[in-house]
Amino acid sequence: MTDLFSPSAREEALDIYRKMTLIRQSQEKIISEYHKDEIKTPVHLGIGLEGVSVGVAQCLPPNSRAFGQLRNHGQYLAMTGETDSFFGELYGKVTGTGGGKAGSMHLSAPDSGLMSNSGIVSSTIALAVGSGLAAKYLGTDVITVAMFGDAAVEEGEFWESLNFACLHGLRVMFVCEDNDVAIYTTGAERRGFDSIIGAVKGFNCYTFEGDGTDVRAVIPLAQQAVDMMIRDPKPAFMSFTWFRLLDHVGVGKDFGVSFRPIPTDEEIKAADPVYKYEQYLIGEGHAPAALQSVRDEMGDQIESSVARAIAAGYPGETELYQGVFA
Amino acid sequence: MKTELKFPEAINLAMTKAMETDPTVFAFGVDVQDHKRSFGSGLGMVERFGIERYFGSPLSEAGVTGVAVGAALCGLRPIHIHARADFVLMAMNQLVNMASNKSYLSNGKLKVPLVVRAMIGRSWGQGAQHSKTLHSVLAHFPGIKVVMPSNPQDAYSLLRSAIQDDNPVVFLENRWLYDLVGEVDDELEVPLSSCKVLRPGSDITIVSCSWMTVEAIQAARILAENGVEAEVVDVRTVAPLDSETVVNSVSKTGYSVVADSDWTFCGFAAELSAQITESCFSSLKAAPVRIGLAHVPCPTTRPLEDLFYPSAKEIVRSAEKLLDLPEIDLSGEIFNEYERRFKGPF
Repeated sequence: MTDLFSPSAREEALDIYRKMTLIRQSQEKIISEYHKDEIKTPVHLGIGLEGVSVGVAQCLPPNSRAFGQLRNHGQYLAMTGETDSFFGELYGKVTGTGGGKAGSMHLSAPDSGLMSNSGIVSSTIALAVGSGLAAKYLGTDVITVAMFGDAAVEEGEFWESLNFACLHGLRVMFVCEDNDVAIYTTGAERRGFDSIIGAVKGFNCYTFEGDGTDVRAVIPLAQQAVDMMIRDPKPAFMSFTWFRLLDHVGVGKDFGVSFRPIPTDEEIKAADPVYKYEQYLIGEGHAPAALQSVRDEMGDQIESSVARAIAAGYPGETELYQGVFA
Repeated sequence: MKTELKFPEAINLAMTKAMETDPTVFAFGVDVQDHKRSFGSGLGMVERFGIERYFGSPLSEAGVTGVAVGAALCGLRPIHIHARADFVLMAMNQLVNMASNKSYLSNGKLKVPLVVRAMIGRSWGQGAQHSKTLHSVLAHFPGIKVVMPSNPQDAYSLLRSAIQDDNPVVFLENRWLYDLVGEVDDELEVPLSSCKVLRPGSDITIVSCSWMTVEAIQAARILAENGVEAEVVDVRTVAPLDSETVVNSVSKTGYSVVADSDWTFCGFAAELSAQITESCFSSLKAAPVRIGLAHVPCPTTRPLEDLFYPSAKEIVRSAEKLLDLPEIDLSGEIFNEYERRFKGPF
């Protein structure tokens, strides 16, 4: 396994930083623009989730396929690196990933391997297993990843999908983004068992767990999962903890409202994957100016994409009726 | 080549030919690989194509439908088989929330070439959970095609078209049709979304699909023997619907009886009657008539079933009322004759 953090891999370290910055700044841009009411789609932001989004994407071989859910911006940006169609869709324009018909919960970029997302919790997990079945059927070693929140394991489809993938020995990586919160309900209020990974361990799959707020913890685990799946085809279940720094939906915060207290600055820093990775890079001797230039580069890309999205047209009556059938 | 085939043999031939010509076609479903092979429709498939292309699935209709959708998104053409359409209700999330809108929401980048085969049960105790048809429900949602053949030729040709189609297609097979024998031309292509005028007539139009088409043909024969020429329009594809053929027929005859093997309330018969009323209003000589199931859950016992399901008899009686004819003596007719052939259990 390559040591991504050795001095010889400084460029890769910057690439990881670039992706995390792109995700963070894109979401900050949504936050600053949202009040104008031009982005007319519910957004489920993943500020705090960047470590998992980037860490997993970083380990996927080029021909991999990915499926996600409603909190998918990080996954989309980590896999595509593009923001024109991303913002196009958020603004509901013809330049969007769905031509303005999909919205934030249904971003897809099949050419980059990101097949499909869904607002129905757990439903894309089965699709990922179907992708894994297709890979096996066609005799390829394609890896498929399904990313979902911890609430997805309360759906029957999760267990049906896990069972099918284990039964057929499919190369499907089940990535549980575990923030212990479903909308405003904690895990303890929703589950009759103590540990998700404990429940999964009865299945014939590899299991991993780690700190999702630390991209340097995610990458070696994800890489190990990919390597093991390639060598001996079986699904891998990965649980990464993270802390939702914003509300379930929208651009606000939900601290101190009902179910969780206002975190301290120290707690926020400890939960912030971008801040932590930045501190690590500086500690490793990366020049602050080099990091600043990455931030500027990403900022420029986002500004141009937003300008293009605002300038683009809305779909019309012709588009309304197009594409119901392939 | 033309051969006499039973309905399940026609289904079998369509799957076989599709799997021979396209290696991405495979079939799976609960217990499809067992020795009974889905009432004979899957005989020889495992032996011919191997268990990798014709295999049993866990009893997870929702998840496995999602697996089929995912496989379809990634280059395969799955056929997902259910022994009863009632089980499709457990897969509605994947069909309706996922499969139906993938093409639309991806702006055409994704396609879901999936066929869901499901059998509709009837009689010998099928009851409220093994008898539903679901075509009205499924056809309600944009993005899903619904096909209902009424004879072996259409079963063969339409299943081949369904497998070649790049969209989710639900293919509904009435279990009673499994005893039907007919000539099948394996080179005859029938596109989806085309009604067929099975019998021309000028006096009244009978619109039907699936098993009710068999009843419609019997009714038309009885009417013809009594001087009434009924036109029988077989709706082979419920969605997308070929409204034109229905409208043309009713515009000509001025009378319509829609005979459906489903509840009429909010059902396909209601939709057809509405379209007939909207499009043929000036040609209509009487209000369109709907025939369907009694609006109760399907009962189990034979005497109640006989009251629950409509037959050719109800079609004939409706035609008599519409045309103001005297009641035809039906004492020499056998109705629900296929009920005697079906010995159960499923």
